[in-house]
Amino acid sequence: MRLSYLLRRLGFLVGVLWTAATLNFVLPHIAPRDPVAEQINQKVATMGLTATGIAEQIESYKEIFGLNKPLWQQYVDYLWRLLHFDFGFSIVNYPRTVNELIAQSVWWTIGLVGTATILAFLLGTLLGALLGWHKSPKAMGALIPPLMVFSASPAFVLALVMIYFLAFRAKLFPLGRPYGFLTTVNWSSFKFWIEVAYHAVLPALSLILVSLGQWSLGMRAMMITTEGDDYMTFAEAKGLKGPRLFFQYGLRNALLPQITSLAVRLGAIVSGSTLVEVYFQYPGLGNRLGGAIQALDYYVISGIVFFMVMGIALATFFVDLLYPFLDPRISYARGT
Amino acid sequence: MNEPILKIVDLRVYYHVEAGAVKAVDGVDLDLDPGVKLGLVGESGSGKSTMALALMRMIKEPGRIEGGQMILDGTDLMTLNDEQMRQVRLSQLSMIPQGAMNSLHPLLRIEDQIIDGIRDHDPTLDRSELRERVGILLESVELTRRVARMYPHELSGGMKQRVAMAIAISLHPALIIADEPTSALDVVIQRQVMETLDRLQDEMDLSIILIGHDMGLMAQFVDRLAVMYAGRLMELGDTKDLFREPLHPYTDLLIQSLPVLENKGVFTGIPGITPSLLDVPPGCVFHTRCPAATDVCQEVTPAFRQLRPGHWVSCHEHGVVEA
Amino acid sequence: MRGFFAYVGRNPALGWGLGILIGLLLFTLVGRVFINTEDAYGLATKPDLPPGLDREALAKIGEMPTLKGKLDQLRLGLRHIFGTDSQGKSLLASIVVGTGMTLEIGAIAGAFGLGIGTLLGFVTGYYAGSLLDNVVTSVVDVVLTMPGFLILVLIASSVADPNKMSVLTMGLVVSVTAWAFPTRAIRSQVLSMRERPFVMMAKLSAMSGPEIILKELMPNLLPYLVMSLANSVYGGVMGSLGLQGLGIGDRRQPYLGMIIWWIQYYSAFLRGMWWWIIEPVSIIILLLTALTLISFGLDEIANPRTRRSV
Repeated sequence: MRLSYLLRRLGFLVGVLWTAATLNFVLPHIAPRDPVAEQINQKVATMGLTATGIAEQIESYKEIFGLNKPLWQQYVDYLWRLLHFDFGFSIVNYPRTVNELIAQSVWWTIGLVGTATILAFLLGTLLGALLGWHKSPKAMGALIPPLMVFSASPAFVLALVMIYFLAFRAKLFPLGRPYGFLTTVNWSSFKFWIEVAYHAVLPALSLILVSLGQWSLGMRAMMITTEGDDYMTFAEAKGLKGPRLFFQYGLRNALLPQITSLAVRLGAIVSGSTLVEVYFQYPGLGNRLGGAIQALDYYVISGIVFFMVMGIALATFFVDLLYPFLDPRISYARGT
Repeated sequence: MNEPILKIVDLRVYYHVEAGAVKAVDGVDLDLDPGVKLGLVGESGSGKSTMALALMRMIKEPGRIEGGQMILDGTDLMTLNDEQMRQVRLSQLSMIPQGAMNSLHPLLRIEDQIIDGIRDHDPTLDRSELRERVGILLESVELTRRVARMYPHELSGGMKQRVAMAIAISLHPALIIADEPTSALDVVIQRQVMETLDRLQDEMDLSIILIGHDMGLMAQFVDRLAVMYAGRLMELGDTKDLFREPLHPYTDLLIQSLPVLENKGVFTGIPGITPSLLDVPPGCVFHTRCPAATDVCQEVTPAFRQLRPGHWVSCHEHGVVEA
Repeated sequence: MRGFFAYVGRNPALGWGLGILIGLLLFTLVGRVFINTEDAYGLATKPDLPPGLDREALAKIGEMPTLKGKLDQLRLGLRHIFGTDSQGKSLLASIVVGTGMTLEIGAIAGAFGLGIGTLLGFVTGYYAGSLLDNVVTSVVDVVLTMPGFLILVLIASSVADPNKMSVLTMGLVVSVTAWAFPTRAIRSQVLSMRERPFVMMAKLSAMSGPEIILKELMPNLLPYLVMSLANSVYGGVMGSLGLQGLGIGDRRQPYLGMIIWWIQYYSAFLRGMWWWIIEPVSIIILLLTALTLISFGLDEIANPRTRRSV
């Protein structure tokens, strides 16, 4: 019975990836745009070269990018390449491949998003549970309005506010960049790590605050619902100690539905991180994506988007696999 | 004569809502001797479940225990602080909930749910001793030891109710409150569960308060019966006495409403509906539906007094005595 | 009407949310009287000015003979009350016009989200288990798993010329992901309602499927539907802000998100132009918070279990 659950989740994962890939492929072909021609014409315009032999150049580029084959063939080639994680070349930075660009930026994003997600999850869950618990001090309710504002705001807007007040005016934190201008990169140096962490505070904080708001408010609602459940009444009648009631009976049960929403939350953090990286000049995938959008480097755009979707889908898949261990009812019920 | 194991004096539980105070329990006096099974019977909204929660001191806002005493084995529960009350729960006073379908923690194994109650009262026992205890408890409620490692969703309704009973007796309390323990079960399982409860009570010499609305079930199980209506006690006495000679019109009507095999097809109910507890009518609270009501019943609230030895009633039919 | 206000008094979230939203609407509508819309576009006036009043212009109001003349002078006087940006746009004008545009985009997304969400949600919920339901639900689940924003980026980049996107186009783009969540939410509500006795009764009285949906289910789910509307509008506004923040869209237009993009482009904070940052940020936070409050408040109506006297 566990196996059917696994297969369903796997099937879902494949479905998501395939849809993303197909969307990626279909969209530019519906649009009346020709990325290669655009790039070349743009280069011609900016570099002031004479416009002879352009048509031949475009044709030869098209060959390289495989754009002159029939559509279905391009689709198959595309899917084949994706399976080999070949995202193609960057039009703007040709001959560098999209993979190279991703490899350069991905760890920064993973570090930022990973830290933000974990911290927001831990803090948000605990905070939300406390806010929802009937024995918590009523004064805690004062936290709800600011949490609500945080949960509603886009991360990059909070980032702006923080850059202005904490970085520019109060000069407590750096304005941006992963490390200082004049610092040499040295991953084996402890001092370097500290500097990286210091520079990461504000970007991470803007992501964390938003997620914290959403997570804690959701957890609070779930906690209130859980408290009304019969097993809480019986647990109290058993004369269980306060902390046990809170953690084992309240939080643990309220947590389950929250984990289901992990996928959506992860997607939200990654989306938010895109803009946060741009505004902090953090050299992650999001910043790379922003640059590609400016330059209309279509293959980089679609490559990074697909890569991000894949990352989120895989993470969700692993959390889904974890679920039966958390909820013993799952492996026995039919799949959901 | 032994001291009563439970003595309730003038218990009042009110729910304070915007429109006023809902008097869910309004002046209940009750004594329970050790080893006796008491049934507390009444319609929905009569206040019987509120009584159960009040005894456990688990009434939540906007409800409050307005006044009265609940003396369990010599100690007035109203004088205890939160931690002391917590200690009392399960060890001296435990509860079997209505519908154990949802009363068990869905994610914990049965043995863990039995153990955590014991642990939080007596941390000295080690793991293997506790496991052994669990095994004994399960067997005493006629479940196999295998159930210990199972999860609630793997058990049937009747099995879950037995687990709840096992938990309730795990620390050998003085008093168990069973709040409609079989309402959610079918008749066959009902009987089995009640028989188990009966046997446990006998073996362990427990005192039990059985709360319900099924007079038929009460008649078969309890030694004494208390009839509750709109937050007050109407009658209290030995089950045999009540059924043979009900002193209160309400008790009489309840007994008459039980379907009888000989009178097939004839159902008598009690006309009217329970009054709003927000706006209790003056005088006797039952007078609006009472077939024997007189003028005095509309004005004077009858006292709850002992008319015969061990048989209490609150009614003007037996002489007007003001409350 | 009084009952409405009494309720809102007990549900502060809804009250505040609606209040702020109505306030913003008034700001946009009434504000138009006090501005020249051209001032919201580049090179309208002196750049980089901190907030202030043009007292000379205001003083001249008395001198003007006609009402129109007075109004023009008033507009000139108020032009710099929010300051100006590096391109010489009056921020008052930009924000008034921009808020309106952002609200429009939100409305389009809301209409789509609610419209399609309701249609699909009710149909799949009522006919659950059918082929239609399975297909639609799978699609919805896949769409929901993918981060909507990234999909929007993809779509927006493929559109003919992102720099010429109209309000309508941007609204349609953000609507693409707006319908998925309402569909799922409404579907699950319909699923639980389907088993309730009053639906059985309706079926027994020979009501047809669509009739039951329209006459029995929909009225009972009204708070939920309004909540879905609020959520869709929220999603639409967020999506548009995200796209604009990356510079996708007509950069000439004073969309709220585009103002932010320009802030980043011109390094407004390095130049200490606090007004340029604080003003759009405040409006954005107010708008989004208002929508969230409305959603929160409606959730209390739709799910009374979360109501508590905390």
